[in-house]
Amino acid sequence: MAEGVLVLAEQVDGGLRKIAYEVVSEGSRLADVLGEPLTAVVLGSGVEGIAAELAKHGAEKILAGDDPALADYTTDIYTNVLCDIVKDKDPKILLLGASTQGKDLSARLAARLDAGLAMDCIALKVDGETLIATRPIFGGKVLAEVAIEGTPQMASIRPNVMEIIDAKKTADVESIPVNPGVGKTRVLEKKVEAAAQVDLTEADIVVSGGRGMAGPDFSVLEKLARLLGGAVGASRSAVDEGWRPHSDQVGQTGKVVSPNLYIACGISGAIQHLAGMGSSKYVVAINKDAEAPIFKKADFGIVDDLFKVVPAITAEVEKLKG
Amino acid sequence: MEVVVLLKQVPDTETAIQIGEDKTTVKTEDVKWVINPYDEFAVEEALRIRENQGGGRVTILTAGPERAVEAIRTALAMGADEGVLINDPALEGADGLGTAKVLATALKDIPYDIIIAGQRAVDDDGYLVPAAVAEFLDIPQVSMVFKQEISDGNIRCERTVEGGTVVIEAELPALFTTQRGLNEPRYASLPGIMKAKKKPLGKKTLADIGLDSSEVGPAAARCRVRTLSFPPERAPGRIIEGETVEEVAGELVRLLREEAKVI
Ligand SMILES: Cc1cc2nc3c(=O)[nH]c(=O)nc-3n(C[C@H](O)[C@H](O)[C@H](O)COP(=O)(O)OP(=O)(O)OC[C@H]3O[C@@H](n4cnc5c(N)ncnc54)[C@H](O)[C@@H]3O)c2cc1C
Repeated sequence: MAEGVLVLAEQVDGGLRKIAYEVVSEGSRLADVLGEPLTAVVLGSGVEGIAAELAKHGAEKILAGDDPALADYTTDIYTNVLCDIVKDKDPKILLLGASTQGKDLSARLAARLDAGLAMDCIALKVDGETLIATRPIFGGKVLAEVAIEGTPQMASIRPNVMEIIDAKKTADVESIPVNPGVGKTRVLEKKVEAAAQVDLTEADIVVSGGRGMAGPDFSVLEKLARLLGGAVGASRSAVDEGWRPHSDQVGQTGKVVSPNLYIACGISGAIQHLAGMGSSKYVVAINKDAEAPIFKKADFGIVDDLFKVVPAITAEVEKLKG
Repeated sequence: MEVVVLLKQVPDTETAIQIGEDKTTVKTEDVKWVINPYDEFAVEEALRIRENQGGGRVTILTAGPERAVEAIRTALAMGADEGVLINDPALEGADGLGTAKVLATALKDIPYDIIIAGQRAVDDDGYLVPAAVAEFLDIPQVSMVFKQEISDGNIRCERTVEGGTVVIEAELPALFTTQRGLNEPRYASLPGIMKAKKKPLGKKTLADIGLDSSEVGPAAARCRVRTLSFPPERAPGRIIEGETVEEVAGELVRLLREEAKVI
């Protein structure tokens, strides 16, 4: 009989990612509802030390799969290893983060396990024996409530949406044997973007620029983002102009972000852009044009030249931070 | 080189989506249908691979209703060689895994060295089908590729990850999914549109590929939509005004700190 909740806590270069805490916290909440145990899995190389941290967010059992073959994420080896663990532990519910890695891995794993998977969920609940997930579709224009069937019932959760809880539990970290199997892909090289201090999809605050930036100099936005500990995004127009890399694009054909605060500077608010930032908690719009559609989606708006407004905001925040 | 593109027809991203009476499907009347934007990158990349590799075929494979023929014709007009549509009423209500099984089964009769798919379809935003197809075919997959190079039976892909990029190598046959930046899709030219009318476009049912609806249709679905709803509207926002830009900025920062509590 399948029992309990299993979560994969994602790490990168030996550090747990924020999504790991979110997944464990949400898993803990579901496990409490079911009255069943929560097990957290960490995979990587040299990760046993960081795994213990997860008890503070509700993990009752922590499994560390530590192997040099897991140092870099590859779809096949991670699928092989996680598949073994799932077959062994037979959980009712399996949660992952909907990060770029989590989406890749959960999709492949769902196919291998022939399990139902709801991707990029913003809310989860259990109804009897069934996991019910809410996920945005059509670029966030519609919310779908889906019932997930079979074993395990899988969901990946959108970064920055689930609350991180303090559970103050303790748990031992159990080291588990890992059989990496055959890898079909090899990582040849990793390049970290120097500019990306905080990843866009994980950032609490995103400051985005659009065509209104009128050129590749985004330094006013970068300064504010740095001060707030946030990341810089862009509209497709700014990306198409070559002012920002493609990886910065927010929208229906770009990244989906869900920060606490989204500051849209010189962005008109086209429907495809809104699709990428519509689930932000608070939206601030700065635009010269009082008629820009973005103001209909913003909690706070300022109708003025962004090159005057953004530095003034930066100065105010600096005052605040003393 | 044999290249297959998994293509889906989706509502134009401008379309206002309407929820049907049953509350579990969306209305399909008054919708303008287009090729999934990420699949346009896939078609373009397939054509470039055919050009760079000095020949081969580009086949467009779609599972969908009859109207999806239009999307396939558009891809043929861009320059693809052949289209295959798996169209069966029994597929209505299939989930991502079901669709992937259909595509993977259809691929048993289509030669491929490379399969290219969009990273996600912008209607169901599922991210599931390409990886599942690769799994069912037991071939490697690389997601969100913005650059690729093929040589000596290997594909070298640059893909997006959090905070950077990685270079990944896999042996062919392999599947990869597209990311913005990969290319600029070409438009279908007028001669292209004329030629497309004469290109082969095969239509098959589930029975034709040897599948039963109980294996892939709604009965086999592991994910079932219970209800669709619209997200709550944002309350009308507040325009902050003041005498000077400093005053306005000061008020915004105060609101973000004291009311919204986000900074
Ligand atoms: C299939 C498809 C997919 C798409 N996907 C995306 C996507 O993922 N992401 C995305 O963003 N778009 C996407 N788009 C494009 C989208 O439709 C819009 O074209 C785009 O978002 C507009 O970008 P923008 O707001 O920066 O530019 P514009 O619409 O040109 O707006 C610029 C704004 O800046 C303001 N402005 C100018 N100067 C200043 C100043 N000094 N101070 C203050 N304000 C100023 C102007 O008043 C204007 O409102 C997609 C389109 C299609 C067809």
